[in-house]
Amino acid sequence: MPMTVGLFIPCYVNQFYPNAAIATLQLLQKLGVKVVYPPRQTCCGQPMANSGFEHLTQECNNLFLENFAEFDYIVAPSASCVLHVKDHLHSTEDPVKAERVRSKTYELVEFLTDVLKVDKLAAHFPHKVGIHQSCHGLRGLHLAQMSELNAAPFSKPVRLLNMVDGLELVSLERPDECCGFGGTFCVAEEAVSVKMGKDRVSDHVRHGAEYITSVDLSCLMHMEGILQRNKSAVKAVHIAEILNATR
Amino acid sequence: MEKVEKDHAALAEEFIKDEERVDWHDGALWWIRQKRDMAAKNIPEWEALREAASQIKNNVLSNLHDYLLEFEANVTKNGIKVHWAADAEEHNAIVYSILKEKGIEQMVKSKSMLTEECHLNEYLIERGIDVINSDLGEYIQQLDNEPPSHIVLPCIHKRKEEIGEIFHEHLGTEKGVSDPTTLTRFARRHLRNVFVTRRAALTGVNFAVAETGEYVVCTNEGNADMGAHLSEVQIASMGIEKIIPQKKHLGIFLRLLARSATGQPITIYSSHFKKPRKGQEMHLILVDMGRSRQLGRPDFRDSLKCIRCGSCMNTCPVYRKSGGLSYHNTVAGPIGAILAPNLDMRKHADLPFASTLCGSCSNVCPVKINIHEQLYKWRQVIVQEGYAANTKVLGIKAMAWTLSSPTSYSTIGKAGRWVLNNIPFAVNNKFNPWYRQRDMPDSPKESFGEWYAKHGKDEVK
Repeated sequence: MPMTVGLFIPCYVNQFYPNAAIATLQLLQKLGVKVVYPPRQTCCGQPMANSGFEHLTQECNNLFLENFAEFDYIVAPSASCVLHVKDHLHSTEDPVKAERVRSKTYELVEFLTDVLKVDKLAAHFPHKVGIHQSCHGLRGLHLAQMSELNAAPFSKPVRLLNMVDGLELVSLERPDECCGFGGTFCVAEEAVSVKMGKDRVSDHVRHGAEYITSVDLSCLMHMEGILQRNKSAVKAVHIAEILNATR
Repeated sequence: MEKVEKDHAALAEEFIKDEERVDWHDGALWWIRQKRDMAAKNIPEWEALREAASQIKNNVLSNLHDYLLEFEANVTKNGIKVHWAADAEEHNAIVYSILKEKGIEQMVKSKSMLTEECHLNEYLIERGIDVINSDLGEYIQQLDNEPPSHIVLPCIHKRKEEIGEIFHEHLGTEKGVSDPTTLTRFARRHLRNVFVTRRAALTGVNFAVAETGEYVVCTNEGNADMGAHLSEVQIASMGIEKIIPQKKHLGIFLRLLARSATGQPITIYSSHFKKPRKGQEMHLILVDMGRSRQLGRPDFRDSLKCIRCGSCMNTCPVYRKSGGLSYHNTVAGPIGAILAPNLDMRKHADLPFASTLCGSCSNVCPVKINIHEQLYKWRQVIVQEGYAANTKVLGIKAMAWTLSSPTSYSTIGKAGRWVLNNIPFAVNNKFNPWYRQRDMPDSPKESFGEWYAKHGKDEVK
């Protein structure tokens, strides 16, 4: 497939979770995709916009367009940032270009299932894993069916994780409850955010998960912070790292 | 303008201190959410019903003027006196004047969030009129001198032991009695006496049918009926958005309302009121109270489709963990957070931020209000109108500046990681709200960008 993917690595992933970014790059390369990382990228603008300052995000938008407009697809290991781009990336100068970039931006899992149509993986991860459905991935990008709706179930992340050798998924009491990260919510509403995170983590722990995985590192960073503070042996890991794990 | 002492975050923090209560509150509401899911999934046409209800309400909002006039004409024809109130003050004055004219000093009131919004009880009590709430939950809240914390389950935040204590203090039940059946029987005996002796009864309105001039009141306790049937003067207060065009549309809304609210197929009582009995006088008050203003806000008019089922509260993890009273508004939870800023933007500037924007509210909403999208939009309006705290404005501006330039971003990112690695106590302290109950992420030596500059060209097999 002669396509070039622009790798969009969200700001905090770049700084704090380079391994998830490396896994994303390697996974795509293993699947035969040509991947380029434009080095001048920063942020999608979501932290400002969700705080009510969308009007300050134009420069982030312009930078995003400058970095990514040329690619066939833009792929990121973050549902939340991708949703922000899809919903809010605008350009006053070139709205057509912005529209084009919005429509070709994909979260990693949906890119694997919907564009590459991956049906097997050479991954090995012999552990019990709980999936944390990021709300933006679930209700924003519809990566899986939402528990509130009377509609047929499906799950793109589960489909991929089921291709991983040795991996066992644990079922949860509340399969798609929010973890309470919520961007600046996590510090502005610290008490609620932490309580939500504790409850989410405990659902996974109670059901025997050794790892909590997700399509969003922001949720994972929050839950990892709680796990580590409580000296838990359970680890948070981005789905790309599982899908890229080998024997 | 009334000043709020504490914002949602501070009030929620207080609520969360009693973690056992939070777990129980969260569990009780989640149980209702699950009952709602089962009820919704038992009807194959559930999503079609939601869509139909949404479209009917869209039609109502687009033609509200005409439907209101049609409704008024039919109500009047049925022999009910219609009143129009622009705000709480006018509404309360109308109720008072009706009672005063009849020399009535005692009234019984079934559940009505509108009259809570209007602070009707306080207004009447100041003028020597005794009001008793007849919905059991509201009755308990009234005894405890606290507003409802949930529009459908007004005292869901209280434990049965606490209710037993309130009954003991106010109604003289035996100390330590907390068995729900015993307490309910006691309240029932007490309220029966109220129903028999009150000459005036006020109810809310769930649906007002323009075509016939009747209105429908839904309860599980029959308390609205009991009050209305025994009264000499019956008053109904409704927000102007409660209209539905035709009687046949009720089938859609009644099926959705109770299933969404509690998982019941229908409320125990769905009572139609159309005309006064012989010797009875009926009044209907149509209240605006900010609704017209909200109707004029294109991004927020959809919030007026709400049928007050409370399902967005039951599903909202923030609501479940923080309790309804932390929203310091009659209507709490996600729907309250998009309605309240319209009423007083300064006072309620915190509410649209009391959400993770998880979107579950929009998915359970029986009339498909895009609640979480409106929360996002209110945030923009609140900041633009200047109601964001100065410290926050500065912080976000600094963030926007940093992220607008690749150079400043990589410099600051590197500096941040250096700080975490070398002087972690500069970040890991009690002034950092992240660190209070969570560890900071491990700080890698190299960002992905730095790694890629060195290894990006190595192809992986």
